[in-house]
Amino acid sequence: MSRTYTIKNKLVESRLFLNRIVAAFILILLLTSGLIVRLVYLQIVGHEHYATLAKDNSIKIEPLVPTRGIIYDRHGKVLADNTQSYSLDLIPEQIKDLDGTLQRLQKLLNISDEKIDQFQKQRKRQKRFVSTPLLISMTDEELAKFAVVRPYFPGVDFQARLVRHYPYADLASHVVGYVGRINEAEMKTLPIAEYRGSSHVGKIGIENTYETELHGKTGYAEIETNVQARAINTVNSVLPVPGENLYLTLDIDLQKTAYDALGDFNGAVVAIDIKTGGVLVFVSRPGFDPNPFVIGIANDAYQALQSSENQPLYNRALRGLYPPGSTIKPFIALAGLEYNAISAEHKLFCPGYYQLPNVSHHYRDWKKGGHGSVAMSDAITQSCDVYFYTLASILGIDRMHNFLRHFGFGEKTGIDLAGEKQGLLPSREWKRSQHNQSWYPGETLITGIGQGFLQVSPIQLAKAVATLANKGQVVTPFLVKHAINPDSVDPDMETQLGNIELKPENINTIISAMVNVIHDPHGTAKSIGKDINYQIAGKTGTAQVFNIKQDAKYNENDIDFKLRDHALFISFAPAADPKIAVAVIVENGGHGGSVAAPIAGQVIKQYLGDNSENRNPE
Amino acid sequence: MKTETRSEQFYPPSLLGNILRKLHIDIPLFVGLLLISILSFVILYSAGSQNMDVLMRQGVRVGLAFLLMTALAHVDPYQFKRYSALLFGLGIALLVAVLVMGQFGKGAQRWLDLGVFRFQPSEMIKITTPMMIAWYLAEHALPPKSKQLLIAGMLIVIPTLLIAKQPDLGTALLVASSGAGVLLFAGLSWRFMLAICATLAGLTPILWHFMRPYQRDRVLTFLNPEADPLGRGYHIIQSKIAIGSGGIYGKGWLGSTQSELDFLPESSTDFIFAVFAEEFGLFGCVGLLALYLLIISRCLYIASQAQDTYSRLLASSLAFTFFVYVFVNIGMVIGVLPVVGVPLPLVSYGGTSIVTLLAGFGILMSIHTHKKFIPH
Repeated sequence: MSRTYTIKNKLVESRLFLNRIVAAFILILLLTSGLIVRLVYLQIVGHEHYATLAKDNSIKIEPLVPTRGIIYDRHGKVLADNTQSYSLDLIPEQIKDLDGTLQRLQKLLNISDEKIDQFQKQRKRQKRFVSTPLLISMTDEELAKFAVVRPYFPGVDFQARLVRHYPYADLASHVVGYVGRINEAEMKTLPIAEYRGSSHVGKIGIENTYETELHGKTGYAEIETNVQARAINTVNSVLPVPGENLYLTLDIDLQKTAYDALGDFNGAVVAIDIKTGGVLVFVSRPGFDPNPFVIGIANDAYQALQSSENQPLYNRALRGLYPPGSTIKPFIALAGLEYNAISAEHKLFCPGYYQLPNVSHHYRDWKKGGHGSVAMSDAITQSCDVYFYTLASILGIDRMHNFLRHFGFGEKTGIDLAGEKQGLLPSREWKRSQHNQSWYPGETLITGIGQGFLQVSPIQLAKAVATLANKGQVVTPFLVKHAINPDSVDPDMETQLGNIELKPENINTIISAMVNVIHDPHGTAKSIGKDINYQIAGKTGTAQVFNIKQDAKYNENDIDFKLRDHALFISFAPAADPKIAVAVIVENGGHGGSVAAPIAGQVIKQYLGDNSENRNPE
Repeated sequence: MKTETRSEQFYPPSLLGNILRKLHIDIPLFVGLLLISILSFVILYSAGSQNMDVLMRQGVRVGLAFLLMTALAHVDPYQFKRYSALLFGLGIALLVAVLVMGQFGKGAQRWLDLGVFRFQPSEMIKITTPMMIAWYLAEHALPPKSKQLLIAGMLIVIPTLLIAKQPDLGTALLVASSGAGVLLFAGLSWRFMLAICATLAGLTPILWHFMRPYQRDRVLTFLNPEADPLGRGYHIIQSKIAIGSGGIYGKGWLGSTQSELDFLPESSTDFIFAVFAEEFGLFGCVGLLALYLLIISRCLYIASQAQDTYSRLLASSLAFTFFVYVFVNIGMVIGVLPVVGVPLPLVSYGGTSIVTLLAGFGILMSIHTHKKFIPH
């Protein structure tokens, strides 16, 4: 306080302040009176008008819920539709003795305690006059039993609802997904007006990705009702716009073939139409039946799914990450040619192991005693590890990383399903930032045979082999043809790299080597090349299982089984004019050639067999 | 006014009175706040679907807020003055921190995660802004000269813009009015105030340009709620129906059928006045407003009795901001102001605003109960 004030100043100041206090108080009184005037207007003058609006014999705004769009496969077979079913609804406000009523209903219809609990939980979240379902999708028997005694249960009634139904159950569960009750978190993010009246929302799969399109637009009706709350007249309405029907690129029959071909194994099969990128097969086995999720899956059933060691809820095709094993070799070989690091004719000697200079460690070939002297084509056909150790060592990790990236390794494919994993394409920078370690030469070698840090998902593998078959034109897998809203495009898609420029002679070398994998007597998958009049190109792979879940409850045999290698196979056909690309991963399947390749073979033969142009030799 | 002065000087000689005096609690203000808090629980029970959990959680918050108020009432007002600038600076720094690294909540960045609890710096700035401006103006002779006005204006605009950027229009409005309140009580000339209002009106189109789409929606909906009855206009239509159908006497406690405001998550927060008006009618509304007015009057009285310029300005501005709170919330619920996210003070569900408000009342009590004897 540097200044000194005179007494007079102080007095002027406090007088001014008191004036202001009085002025503010008057202002506050005036504004408050304004509020009261408005309240008088609403509550006295407008009371009758608003009371009528509020009462039951008035105009209510009811949402008109749109019908959810149907999901079809490429041939118009229904994958998800809506079936009529009845639910048993209670309006707590209209029931005098709620607990007694629930007990009587429980006895009459054999309702489980769990459902009663669920009902109670939901009821407590809602207002007392909101109708709350006790049973969703009643059986005919339950319907008949209740219909007889309905007059004795005021406030309880059945209501017709459309319930989502998935006819193919576990076959397509990981593609189509399912809808479920809107939960509290979703309540907050969904547009309130659009979902007033909707009870379900797409949770995973296509149901989730295309929620906006499938849901449609909610309309509303202004309904005049009488004292009994019965609608007597619709004053005005805006009709709902039904959800769009979606046609997937999926071929459900082909999907079934692939699913059945996996047999008792866990695994994934992805097939892509190379010309368009449309996904023909998207199998993750085991699947699960999505239908119980629609009506609210029982807790123990859900626990069983969750704790099953086969992990049926796990979308292996989209989220499963595996070492690609030898299926990476055609890409590494192509990198060698494109970077002029090696010529196709150059032969390398394989003694059965590889040694880094000045290191005693032996990097072994899968074949004891080795393959002898092999050039590129034979190295691919026979899957010679030593050849690729050597090539990897020549290329170095930087060039391998840069080249593989173009095929989509280490990046999401951009398929229209949520939750995709991006896999891992290691690099020096990655190792530095993740492990704070420099890159070791030994890691370059094992990357060259698809082991080590490298991790791919089945959909990535399918995209990569489709791109290879397409001679470097990048294939982007998708499931729904139209309805790709420019706003909803995944930002990852924008960073997608353009087409890869490859020399025709290089790609042809690789393709003919991959043809030999199936059609050469020494090929690792020669069993599937019979009885067809076109050529299949492919590559087998075997991935070592690193992480074994050491749960104590496995018995000896199971541990042995879980330790078995994953079998992989990538392929495309016809080799001369590729139409379909298939990637197969069979968990603990052992060898790619004997287990994974026949599955791809079945898919390819069924698909190309359908297309009559391939029946006759060219 | 005179009788109040007397009761002020002679506390009732009861044990409770003694305790409250020791605690530096101002009894009339305390009673008013207590009444309104009790009323809040009564309405919350009805608006929150008779959920006891809601009441328990709110009870804990209100309890903590009352403790904070008592603690602040204990502090000598000189300390508030001393730390005004520091606290204000800290608040601004936290606001910037929130903007830079704040978490996303409802698409808005308002929270700072302190591990144990989450903290909203914009709440703190509601009190520190008037503190800062009162401190600054009290250093100079009143009424303020144009240079001081310019600086005070900056001190208002900076936090307001930082909060509006979050974006939290409601809080920005409250902060701006708390600062403007200080200027009003400092004796800013009426002509100048008119000029500012005119300028602001002129700036509206520019402001419109910078508003977020949802904020524009709110203004448009306010202007014509019937245009979108299922969507944006739903709040206002439903709340008007609720209030109007309450009539003169209301439908009675728990009688709110129109809390078919069901779809409004705000029925126990920002729109709680609609539930209250439906259940307690015009009488209840006038009663509630009267209670608010009593609290505000007491606060203005405390301001008028304050001994130094800083205390006067701060106390009167806090009282004024409290009124703005009430006016903006009720105004939006009854459809005379656009919907900005301002809760009904001391009644709406939610902890942060209650803590800040009671902290403000704690400061008022501190100002009133720490008088020094000054011979006339």
